[in-house]
Amino acid sequence: MSRLSSLLGRETALAWGRGGGPLVTLGFYAGVATLVPLAVGPESQRLAAVATGLAWVALALASLLSLERLFERDFEDGALDLIVLSPAPLELACAVKCLGQWIATGAPLALAAPVAAIGLGASPNLAPLVFACAVAGGLAFAFVGGIGAALSLGARRGGLLTAVIVLPLFTPPVIFGGGALSAFASGLPWQAGFALLAAYAAAAVALGPLAMAAACRNALS
Amino acid sequence: MISGLSLRDLSVRRGGRVLFEHLSLELAAGEACALTGPNGAGKTSLLRAVAGLVRFEAGEIAFAGADPESARGAGLHLVGHQDGLKPARTAWEELRFWSLWSGGSAEEARAAAATLELEPLLELEVRRLSAGQRRRLALARLVAAPRPLWLLDEPLAPLDARWRSRFGELMAARLAAGGLILAAVHDPLPVPARTLELAT
Repeated sequence: MSRLSSLLGRETALAWGRGGGPLVTLGFYAGVATLVPLAVGPESQRLAAVATGLAWVALALASLLSLERLFERDFEDGALDLIVLSPAPLELACAVKCLGQWIATGAPLALAAPVAAIGLGASPNLAPLVFACAVAGGLAFAFVGGIGAALSLGARRGGLLTAVIVLPLFTPPVIFGGGALSAFASGLPWQAGFALLAAYAAAAVALGPLAMAAACRNALS
Repeated sequence: MISGLSLRDLSVRRGGRVLFEHLSLELAAGEACALTGPNGAGKTSLLRAVAGLVRFEAGEIAFAGADPESARGAGLHLVGHQDGLKPARTAWEELRFWSLWSGGSAEEARAAAATLELEPLLELEVRRLSAGQRRRLALARLVAAPRPLWLLDEPLAPLDARWRSRFGELMAARLAAGGLILAAVHDPLPVPARTLELAT
């Protein structure tokens, strides 16, 4: 247990420092939220209509930012060899790496998402659901993203490849979460969309590490 | 735990090129073996194959009856050219993490830092260490978390004469405790060792 908790501490610290960590991710997120009113036009009605969807899409893109280095650095400097040589299963180590990534970037984004949505003109009573979607969605993005990061190990343009692999896998959570949010905003039942989002996140957390571990083993040998 | 290592008829191919074929080696507890051979002969690949990181084409690697999966997970240390140390983290953070990850404790990591005389360096970022200091930091893991089999890839290269002989004492202590050492070297090992030459 101390083994995995020390790995979690290391991964969170590394993700925090990786390419500026949460500050860059949050800055990107804030940048998108500020630029959109300038592009779409400042009429509050028009903005309010797209606010939640926009906050949601920006979240998906922001969580792509530091994914590229999730496994790449450990692969390049030999740390991944040593992580494999442990009684702890590699699948568990991969899950802990993604969790560290989520703590350092997903959690701050989940806190920022309701602020951005309200800032863009969404109704404040949407905030709890935006936050819940951002927590579940962020987990899904981190664990699905980890698969892309592990599969692109050793590729020369790893970041681009990660994005190409991961973006199609990001579409279901974006659709489910966006559906739940817009249903809630217009007073329709939203539970189904949220339940699907949570189910997708649970599946990503459960199955993602298996794919990541297989991809890491393949990249090493 | 690992009490012996045997390679039988091992063949490894990397990038379409056969590195070596029909290689056999028996190593018992308390024995060290120096792998020698020109650059590119496959010394590193052999060590990585024993560690289970590289697929081998034919042959067998056995750990004296122990299940290979668990023997590799808990029974061997690999020290390669790439030490896995993160330049932006402090020496202590890295030593503590790798000791815990290898099954040691924070106290054992402290003791290992003392053995390798790393205490004054522990608060420094890894990027500020010299090559020799960095190697000592990587080797401290071996002392902090005792595992029987050491796979060492050029362990002596960046060390000065004093630390080569100090590390020789640490290796001798490991062997006396029933350890096994397989080391790729260009210079002779500072402990009595058999030699296995890989030819190209």
